[in-house]
Amino acid sequence: MSREAIRIALQALAANRLRSVLTTLGVLIGVMSVVLLVAIGQGARVEITGAIEGLGSNLLFVLPGDGDFTAGPARSRFTTGDVDALEREFPTGGAKAAGYIVGADNIRADGERVSVTVFAVTGNYLDVLDRTVARGQAIGNADVDATRRLVLIGSSAAEQLFGNQDPIGRNLDLGNTRFRVAGVLSQVGGSSTPFGPDQDRVVIVPVTTGQRLFGTSRLDAIFVRSSSAASVDTDRATIERVLSRRLGEGDFSVISQDEILGVVSQILQTLTLVLAAIAGISLLVGGVGVSNIMLVSVSERTREIGLRKALGARTRDITSQFLVEAMALTAIGGIIGLILGVAFALIAERFLPVPAIITWWSIALALTTSFVVGIVFGVLPARRAGQLDPVQALRHE
Amino acid sequence: MSTAAILSAENVTRSYNISDDVVVHALRGVSFSVAPGEYVAIMGSSGSGKSTLLNLLGVLDKPTTGVIRYDGQDVQELDDPAVAKLRNERIGFVFQSFHLLQRVSAVDNVIVPLTYRAGSRTNRRDKAVAALTSVGLADRLDHRPNQLSGGQQQRVAIARAIVTEPGLILADEPTGNLDTTTSSEIMSLLEALHKDKGTALVVITHDPEVASRADRRIELRDGVVVNDAVN
Repeated sequence: MSREAIRIALQALAANRLRSVLTTLGVLIGVMSVVLLVAIGQGARVEITGAIEGLGSNLLFVLPGDGDFTAGPARSRFTTGDVDALEREFPTGGAKAAGYIVGADNIRADGERVSVTVFAVTGNYLDVLDRTVARGQAIGNADVDATRRLVLIGSSAAEQLFGNQDPIGRNLDLGNTRFRVAGVLSQVGGSSTPFGPDQDRVVIVPVTTGQRLFGTSRLDAIFVRSSSAASVDTDRATIERVLSRRLGEGDFSVISQDEILGVVSQILQTLTLVLAAIAGISLLVGGVGVSNIMLVSVSERTREIGLRKALGARTRDITSQFLVEAMALTAIGGIIGLILGVAFALIAERFLPVPAIITWWSIALALTTSFVVGIVFGVLPARRAGQLDPVQALRHE
Repeated sequence: MSTAAILSAENVTRSYNISDDVVVHALRGVSFSVAPGEYVAIMGSSGSGKSTLLNLLGVLDKPTTGVIRYDGQDVQELDDPAVAKLRNERIGFVFQSFHLLQRVSAVDNVIVPLTYRAGSRTNRRDKAVAALTSVGLADRLDHRPNQLSGGQQQRVAIARAIVTEPGLILADEPTGNLDTTTSSEIMSLLEALHKDKGTALVVITHDPEVASRADRRIELRDGVVVNDAVN
């Protein structure tokens, strides 16, 4: 009977093609939005957490303020002395600390002009952030101590400024100061994210030079890399001990990379679920549409229902006939919506800075929901159909 | 009321509550039985209660009091699936207004009652084709109802009634929507099927001419049997 019920349902839907298509549209759009929005949300999550993980592992971030970010950015009181103090406390071969100032400016050479993010860093910076120099020389402690006007340049910034020429030893202007290119950073790839600029479009200068450039004696933040995951907690305690001696209680806070990852990942996961839920509402509205049309369909086919009962249909046969019809509507909508959702996700990927990631759970969720919507919103009309009195139904005009 | 009867009505009444204080007594105590293979006309004018009786005989409705029996079984004791099975296996309905599904072909219309019982799809189609052939519509299998004349539509309905090989055909004004010539053809067809297969035939009609063709005539007036005689 169930195969027969599906055949009858499809026949009935085909008989009212336009109406079936329009009814299905609500569910279709709902499923499509769920799949599409979840794909983009997941893509953003993977991209952003990837960017944080890309900084290397076992990192501790020492940020100004007491960690209450809702109060707005705190004024930094870090100095290079704090970094040196940390370095002295860490055991040999253990954690490393680096401080930096960040700013935005243009670099100019040969009449070319490229806007970049400028990092003014202490000597350990490249080690701490796991970056290497592809060509030329890294900036060392000696360069920091001597306030040398040397610059390391990101690979794509180098290419934009100097084209195919070797940039090593060339001069460039940063602000009103002339720098010499000491080296080119190894390519990282990726794009800018809310958690950092495009790493291939940065320039790095000695922190002392940078402080003069930006007119400050402070550092914006300090990064510490532990030598292993096991020593992260000890290193955090060391940082807190050293800095609370040098600074006030609310002047700094320490956050581990894992904590940031956890929070960010959680926020983005929640965001994805909210997006899915909003899309889910349209699925619900689609379900109401299905219910509505099924009631119309039952009313239109009252005589047919009476006839089928006279010919031997049980109440259950009639109920399942209409339930299958409602489910066929939502299932067709669900499947087409799924296909369109995946297709649009793949198209959207070309225009968005984040990848679209189709997850199995979003597909399963969308399809299950469309089936459930079919059942839930089909039950009322189907029961009404099944319970029709055959005498009344046959007489219905 | 011998147990040999295929169908019997025992002192059946049916009342409708039109409103709180208005009750219409459509049937006021009707008793008769139909033997296997019998040909009975139930005759009466409009308002005599014959439609009400048909609904009760077809187990589409339940009597207010009294008993309807099929092969001795009180149908009131049956639950919904059992009633559905009874209608499907024992009764072939023929309606005045044909009641065909407009969106499907003649063959698919005839298949409908077979879908409520076990059987393969090809087997059902074979049976439907055979039934349509026996009513002279072998060349109209894939026509839709709106492509057929009134007489042809009623033939499809008759094929649908006999395709389940029921013991009884219940025909409600089968010629009510047809012209005289076609009416006569339809009645001849029903009679031929009744004779060939030994199917009992109960025709409900207001037309004395149709009633006179039956072996036995039961006349209803104001909800009671006023005459039950062999023609």
